[in-house]
Amino acid sequence: MSMTMWRPAIAGARVSTLALSIALGLLAVRPGHAEEVTLTVALAANPQMETAAKLIDNFYAKYPDIKVKFQTLPENQLRPTVLKDVATKSGQFDVVMIGAYEVPLWAEKGWIANLSKEYVEKDTEWKADDLLTPIRDLVSFKGDMFATPFYGSSSFMFYRKDLFDKAGLKMPEQPTWDQVAEFAAKLDDKANNLSGICLRGIPGWGQSLAPLTTVINTFGGRWFDEKWEPQLSSEKSRGAINFYVKLLKEHGQPDAAKDGWQECLQLFTQGKTAMWYDDTVFAGPVIDQANDQVKGNVGFALAPIKVKPGSGWLWAWGLSIPTTSKHQDAAWKLISWLTSEDYIKLAGEKAGWGTVPPGSRQSTYKLPEYEKATKDYADLTLKSISAANPLKPTVDPVPYTGVQYVTIPEFEQIGDFTSQQLAGAISGQMSADDAIATSESKIKEIMEDAGYIK
Amino acid sequence: MSSILLSSNARTARARRSFATGWWNRLPLLPALIFVILVTQLPFVITLYYSLQRWNLVSTTAPRFVWFRNFFNAVSDAVFLKAIFNTAVMTSSIVIASVVVGGLLATGLNREFRGRTIARTLAITPFFIMPVAAALFWKTGIYDPTFGILGWITDEIGIGRINWISQYPRLTIIILTTWQWSAFALLILLAGMQSFPPEVAEAAEVDGASRLYVFRRLMLPHLRPFIELTGLLVAMYVLENFAAIAILTNGGPAYSTTNLSYYVYLEAFSSFDLGRASAFGMISLWLAMALTIPMLRVVSGIFKEGGRA
Repeated sequence: MSMTMWRPAIAGARVSTLALSIALGLLAVRPGHAEEVTLTVALAANPQMETAAKLIDNFYAKYPDIKVKFQTLPENQLRPTVLKDVATKSGQFDVVMIGAYEVPLWAEKGWIANLSKEYVEKDTEWKADDLLTPIRDLVSFKGDMFATPFYGSSSFMFYRKDLFDKAGLKMPEQPTWDQVAEFAAKLDDKANNLSGICLRGIPGWGQSLAPLTTVINTFGGRWFDEKWEPQLSSEKSRGAINFYVKLLKEHGQPDAAKDGWQECLQLFTQGKTAMWYDDTVFAGPVIDQANDQVKGNVGFALAPIKVKPGSGWLWAWGLSIPTTSKHQDAAWKLISWLTSEDYIKLAGEKAGWGTVPPGSRQSTYKLPEYEKATKDYADLTLKSISAANPLKPTVDPVPYTGVQYVTIPEFEQIGDFTSQQLAGAISGQMSADDAIATSESKIKEIMEDAGYIK
Repeated sequence: MSSILLSSNARTARARRSFATGWWNRLPLLPALIFVILVTQLPFVITLYYSLQRWNLVSTTAPRFVWFRNFFNAVSDAVFLKAIFNTAVMTSSIVIASVVVGGLLATGLNREFRGRTIARTLAITPFFIMPVAAALFWKTGIYDPTFGILGWITDEIGIGRINWISQYPRLTIIILTTWQWSAFALLILLAGMQSFPPEVAEAAEVDGASRLYVFRRLMLPHLRPFIELTGLLVAMYVLENFAAIAILTNGGPAYSTTNLSYYVYLEAFSSFDLGRASAFGMISLWLAMALTIPMLRVVSGIFKEGGRA
């Protein structure tokens, strides 16, 4: 008797447990608001972009019916996340922050919207002519813009004026690599734990290969000839790679095969290296983070050369609209606001002039407050960017664009492999020539597999 | 006749009813079961499907079915073979070193002394530091010849500053990971030592056995299942060691610290070759299973008949 009486109660309990667990599952799926447009933006976690996220209320004041959801990711996670989204056409993002390397590749595949036709020509208020020409070229494909440049940068030389004075040396505004090697040999002071120069050595196409490729370019070398045959073992490229490895091994920072820009920034600001060749964007952080001995003694010079002048690299972070976005007009309003003259002024006033996004617009360098805050390096940054030519990066003709990289989809793989071998040479596991030979046969294999070499 | 028929009918009815009640009883658990299948087994099947495709995210050609080509390519890929070798060397050294170091620490802590609680807490702390934070600290705070403590020590004793990470890349990864996991080994082994009955040790002492003899003949056999369990757990986690490699060396120089999981990561997020990465992932999984299943069988003895010791 009691059994039959209990049964409905147990059944009821079971059904309600089931209902509860289903309800909990459904909690995650809530309908969104339909009235206003919400843009999902994928951003790199760097100080300039964090400032942008903080100043977004000014955008809401101008466009009250657009809401913005920022998804901030570390730079090396941003790339795969965004690539997966656009390549599989999942349409999760309305605005994506991508590097100069991706813009032409993704434009060619039709993953990102052509901004020139739809927006740039119509939106005269945005002043496209004010953009620095090399940076504009960098975020364009076949003459049309596919991203708005958020900031741009080149590479130059940081050095310690006090150490140069003490050694009786003088850094010219345009040094050559031979001079730099000579300075490094004289300033290298192992007893006092001071290295002559700091250069990147850690594997990664965006790490050690960036400075190395600018050295290859200025030595007259190239990655590929016009028929896509790898040219690393050609005399000039080989000379450049051997020079880089030798300089780093003899007068560079110790244990260089583990160091990227992060470690070099630390070594330079703590007074453990006399020179550092790296990105212009680090000028602000170097002065901010330098210890008392280094602060006030930081000098800047153009990227060292050998044969080809104007050997600094060229990089930009751009804001693009994936073609899968359903709110492209609203997305343009956001990316044009973020890259406008007004925004740069606003960021300078609200967050400090040292941290405004540099290297995108000529007008930035004419703002008196900006000139005052960055007088030590603004001029050289502008000169370095203007001298770089991503469309003609080498002495001999090449079938590719891009200064410190080769704009083909396979370059990440090629670059990562080559930089691994380079690190092997820097650490002394193998000779530079062995590293070149191993890399070149792998590059050839990749290029044949991808159909460049028939 | 009819009574027999009736009873057999009743039996099947009862069987059917018990089957139904069985599922009715399990009903509240079903959503959880389905969820577990969705998040563990489905991705496995999808990865298997991807591994049979030529699918490069950045390539212009559409994904296509290539059967087992990715698997054949793996065998002829020198870096992949190097990654298997590195994984074997690094994992086995870390497991052995962790058990040895953890065991020594546990022996030291398995005695009464003042400040024992503090010493024990300090000894297990490395395990609770996030791997990335630990790796960053070791990179600049310990190994770096300019800023690190090792550089300073070797300089003071007159052998100069050693380029640890460039010259001994695998060793630096092994030391760092051992430092973290020997704390874990300590936890389990100390628990094992504390479960050793003190009267046995006392009896042995009365019989005139030396401390070394007690340790070798009584303590070690008692600890055997604990050591096996530690070895298994450490091996399972260290096989997929990632943070130390990504922070210290990026897998270099010349792939000398690239293990299988780091190579799968490179294939997926540097080459963006999802087909190959999936195939390498499958191979890694099979290797890991080939290694852990026999170990699991050994260890599962612990849970039967109240252990074997």
